[in-house]
Amino acid sequence: MSNNNADVILKVEELKMYFPIYRGVFQRQVGAVRAVDGVSFNVYRGETLGLVGESGCGKSTVARTILQLYKATDGNVYFENVELMKLRGEELRQMRRKMQMIFQDPYASLNPRMTVEQIVGEPLIVHSAATGKEVQERVEHLLELVGLNPAFATRYPHEFSGGQRQRIGVARALALQPSFIVCDEPISALDVSIQAQVVNLLEELQEQFNLTYLFIAHDLSMVRHISRHVAVMYLGVIVELTTRDELYLNPLHPYTQALLSAVPVPDPEVDVQHKRVILEGDVPSPANPPSGCRFRTRCPIAESICAESRPEFREVKPGHFVACHLVK
Amino acid sequence: MPDMLLDVQGLETTFKTPDGVVHAVNGVSFGLKEGETLGVVGESGCGKTVTMHSVLRLIPAPPGKIVAGKAFFFGQDLLQMSNEEIRHVRGARISMIFQDPMTSLNPVLSIGKQLAEPLMLHLGMSKKEAENRSTELLAMVGIPNAHERLKDYPHQYSGGMRQRVMIAMALSCSPQILIADEPTTALDVTIQAQIMDLVKHLRNELGMSIIWITHDLGVVAGLAQRVMVMYGGFIIEEADVKDLYANPSHPYTIGLLGSLPRVDEKERHRLYSIEGAPPVLYNKPTACPFAPRCKWAMERCWNENPPLEPVASRHNVACWMDIKTGRPRS
Repeated sequence: MSNNNADVILKVEELKMYFPIYRGVFQRQVGAVRAVDGVSFNVYRGETLGLVGESGCGKSTVARTILQLYKATDGNVYFENVELMKLRGEELRQMRRKMQMIFQDPYASLNPRMTVEQIVGEPLIVHSAATGKEVQERVEHLLELVGLNPAFATRYPHEFSGGQRQRIGVARALALQPSFIVCDEPISALDVSIQAQVVNLLEELQEQFNLTYLFIAHDLSMVRHISRHVAVMYLGVIVELTTRDELYLNPLHPYTQALLSAVPVPDPEVDVQHKRVILEGDVPSPANPPSGCRFRTRCPIAESICAESRPEFREVKPGHFVACHLVK
Repeated sequence: MPDMLLDVQGLETTFKTPDGVVHAVNGVSFGLKEGETLGVVGESGCGKTVTMHSVLRLIPAPPGKIVAGKAFFFGQDLLQMSNEEIRHVRGARISMIFQDPMTSLNPVLSIGKQLAEPLMLHLGMSKKEAENRSTELLAMVGIPNAHERLKDYPHQYSGGMRQRVMIAMALSCSPQILIADEPTTALDVTIQAQIMDLVKHLRNELGMSIIWITHDLGVVAGLAQRVMVMYGGFIIEEADVKDLYANPSHPYTIGLLGSLPRVDEKERHRLYSIEGAPPVLYNKPTACPFAPRCKWAMERCWNENPPLEPVASRHNVACWMDIKTGRPRS
């Protein structure tokens, strides 16, 4: 993508992540699950990139591979112009301070045997960012920042509700003052009225600290609300990437169109007029994806060319990227 | 209410827990007309599932207990029936689809066996008849190669297909009422659209009444004719679907609608958020259950629980405050 590199905080190029499949007595590799198969995008400083797609399309794998939690099969990741794949040991560890993650399930991602103070303070101690009394002060400050009473620091996770736990997760992610945070479906386990609280908190923190988010979700309306750019994934590839307004007003890829039309609108008047594109069948297995275009087996407009070659991810309009043979 | 197919009055259900008695449902009354789709909306723990489980007597007792109430179905009180009688209602005349298609099917029985069971049990079909009918049912819910796939086990079906099987199973005995408990929550949006399309199609074809439990106000907007919103074990608002979305009158409903970002959102604004968290009801509430989170709460709200009363034609609200005028209701 031809944009000036100064404000690009994260640049991902042709990222691939294959998970091998082993079979038989000798555990020979018989194939691979192509969870992520050639994904490229940029994230700009201070903005939110929304990454949407259905379960199993590789959204979380992209995020984990970027954070070097998996060793990528191929491709490059540049964070603040440093090539992350080349970093080892202490260098990588130092880099990790700047990249944090908020997890989906606030019930499973907090250690039930640790107090809130230990949970939020752990990154500070691990990275020697604070010692002794200072840890306690920083934790109290962080809890205040995410809207929790600092007096709760000695309590355990089970004493909190889902929304409060997710706030603890946010405080932990903020502890090392990162510049980039991956939010992996941070609200999908929460009740509707609590979701809005957490999203508002994330937005406030972004403004306050100029944070950059990679926001992963399957809720298209929430992604529209929080993101500036949106990437749509299907079966390990990005099929469309553009600004949020362009994507929602003028979706070009048939999958994006179907996905947007499938979202129920909380308004009966609109819902009646709503023209719905209903996709047939299920998502194919990433261990054995269709030839050519990955979406062709469910695509309402597929033609013979779609089975023959993989569509190039190209810029059809300034800032609007689509991978489809049939989009002019 | 003579024209009601199902008429529930003053239902109360409690659960005994080590921390005390939880009042999950606190006097819920509603009716369901023939051919009507009723949406039941609320957050987790608001009592929507417990209400429906109580009606079908699916509450594990103990610890659960239906303390009071009546549920008339064709003039008979479901809550007074013997176990044998209610068994003939469940699955045959009122059936239910559960939330999680991954765990509500038996993993060690083939799909065909599970589909045939209610047919043989309730309709007295022979094995052969049940097999033929099962094939028809699977084809009806849009599963290709229906006859072949009867031999398959649940793990060989995808999530969307399992939910289709659950629907086929629920419809197998042509029930008058279908209770769907968040059937699309565990599914992806494109699969959710498939399932909702299927349910709408089947509803028109078979003319059954549906109770659709969900936390998603978007799903209800496209499906239901009437909606009731629950909070803390009470119905706090009840109206026709268009009226509810156009004129939400309870602060909780207003907050819930305001906290949803919309896919057709025109400009960016901060989401309206309801502070605090839903209550756990260890004592039978004597105040409005929403008062601690309500920005309109006044003294009366802390002392008396407002009854569900009409504010417009076919529109009932349980609130002491008239939000539109900002004045207390008399």
